[in-house]
Amino acid sequence: MTTKVENQKGWLFVLPVVILVAFNAVIPLMTVVNYSVQETFGDNVFFFEGVKWFEQVLNSERFHAALGRQLFFTFTILLIEIPLGVIIALTMPRKGPWVSVCLVLMALPLLIPWNVVGAMWNIFALPDIGLLGKTLNAMGIDYNFTRQPVSAWMTLIAMDVWHWTSLVVLLAYAGLSSIPDAYYQAAKIDGASSWAVFRHIQLPKMKRVLTIAVLLRFMDSFNIYTEPFVLTGGGPGNSTTLLSIDLVKTALGQFDLGPAAAMSIIYFLIILLLSWVFYTVMTRGEEN
Amino acid sequence: MRRLSWLVPTLYILFLMLPIYWLVSMSFKTTNEILGSFTLWPQQFTFDNYITIFTDPTWYNGYINSLIYVSINTVISVAVALPAAYAFSRYRFIGDKHLFFWLLTNRMAPAAVFALPFFQLYSAIGLFDTHIAVALAHCLFNIPLAVWILEGFMSSVPKELDETAYVDGYGFWGFFIKIFIPTIAAGIGVAAFFCFMFSWVELLLAKTLTSVAAKPIAATMTRTASSSGYELGLLAAAGTLTIIPGAVVIYFVRNYIAKGFALGRV
Repeated sequence: MTTKVENQKGWLFVLPVVILVAFNAVIPLMTVVNYSVQETFGDNVFFFEGVKWFEQVLNSERFHAALGRQLFFTFTILLIEIPLGVIIALTMPRKGPWVSVCLVLMALPLLIPWNVVGAMWNIFALPDIGLLGKTLNAMGIDYNFTRQPVSAWMTLIAMDVWHWTSLVVLLAYAGLSSIPDAYYQAAKIDGASSWAVFRHIQLPKMKRVLTIAVLLRFMDSFNIYTEPFVLTGGGPGNSTTLLSIDLVKTALGQFDLGPAAAMSIIYFLIILLLSWVFYTVMTRGEEN
Repeated sequence: MRRLSWLVPTLYILFLMLPIYWLVSMSFKTTNEILGSFTLWPQQFTFDNYITIFTDPTWYNGYINSLIYVSINTVISVAVALPAAYAFSRYRFIGDKHLFFWLLTNRMAPAAVFALPFFQLYSAIGLFDTHIAVALAHCLFNIPLAVWILEGFMSSVPKELDETAYVDGYGFWGFFIKIFIPTIAAGIGVAAFFCFMFSWVELLLAKTLTSVAAKPIAATMTRTASSSGYELGLLAAAGTLTIIPGAVVIYFVRNYIAKGFALGRV
């Protein structure tokens, strides 16, 4: 860690970044705020409506249902991906030629376009021609993700675990590989059990990267759109309609600009709150 | 117990490869075989799906369009993030922490919120359906990410390096370009890799901002899926081809990838 010097020239250095990001963030956000308080019947005629749309969205069962599904989805995938990722990172080889092979193969799902991930799982899970669907049905399990909400949810969660567990693995692995060999040797001399090694050496070293992992997964799963949209389209019925699918349906599907904008702002505020928690947790770790 | 530990990563990788295998194997099957019978590997092996993609401009232009806007985005993001990350890692200035937090919130911004306003904004300035529009739009989440990663890498470079260079008579930019950038080359590679990755995998904004001239491959795929019915073999071939650029860039950064995912902060 280096100590920083007071230098207002820093602003000149960050100016290009500020201009570019502000162009993309501030102007669209102003548009959204604008729509969220107005009613339109087309022809660019707008009427001021105040907080009507916010009240409507906050009281609508549709929004509550989408938010509930979103929270359920996020907590389920966190409960699976974090422990699984840690276990895999712990059992991965530390040295030798297999390290690169593991890292490259594991990182592969992260680099596949999100719609391809959805399409891939769609054809993988189709009950009549997909490997997974056909196998499950052959085993006597009644499985059809296009018809049954439970199957659809299982597929959705399996897909996300497939897609993102590697992120947790890579983060945990980065933390583990920063532990000097001397620590392990000392533990061996002391006759520490493998649980003790995990609890007192590996876990503390992984704490920081795992914080990043949990919060990145939390926030990214809150934003998930393309994969479930391609996989299930939010169906069957509305059973897998997560927040952003609901939002896009309202905004681009029905062109209900007011409610969609109000929903965007509520959605964005939730994300903002999460980001703030993330940021404080991260920077507190840095100061210690 | 220890001896069997290799089983866990092996099973996990097997689980990762299964859907990919199904996609690749389907891309070599004929439509008849896909719909008519259930086969574990292609019985009537065919390259037809790939030939269609490489000869039909609506298909291969999709790849070219995607690669163009992803490259533009990567160059812009890394270029503007470099000085900014340096400022964040070396200087204290008014509002620096708030600014860093504000950048971070944009990395977390849901694309779904921005889709419609982006469409209106880029239409209004006459950039709709251009590569530069998608490249600029992706800056929203890629610049904060690049700043974040580079700041992590730069903070681990001792400040003495800067001071020695000034003593040796370098001006700021001379030092920055000739000494500092080569020092953090790995960090720049990782940042570029992540910009490439997130621009390559994003679809919602890219699809919203284009119609014909700059249409990304991902959008071509979704349109084909709905309009021409059930050409699954073609879809699988197109999907298989989108995996290749990722696999290539991952190979180049394999030694830094774990550190990169930790945003340079291990």
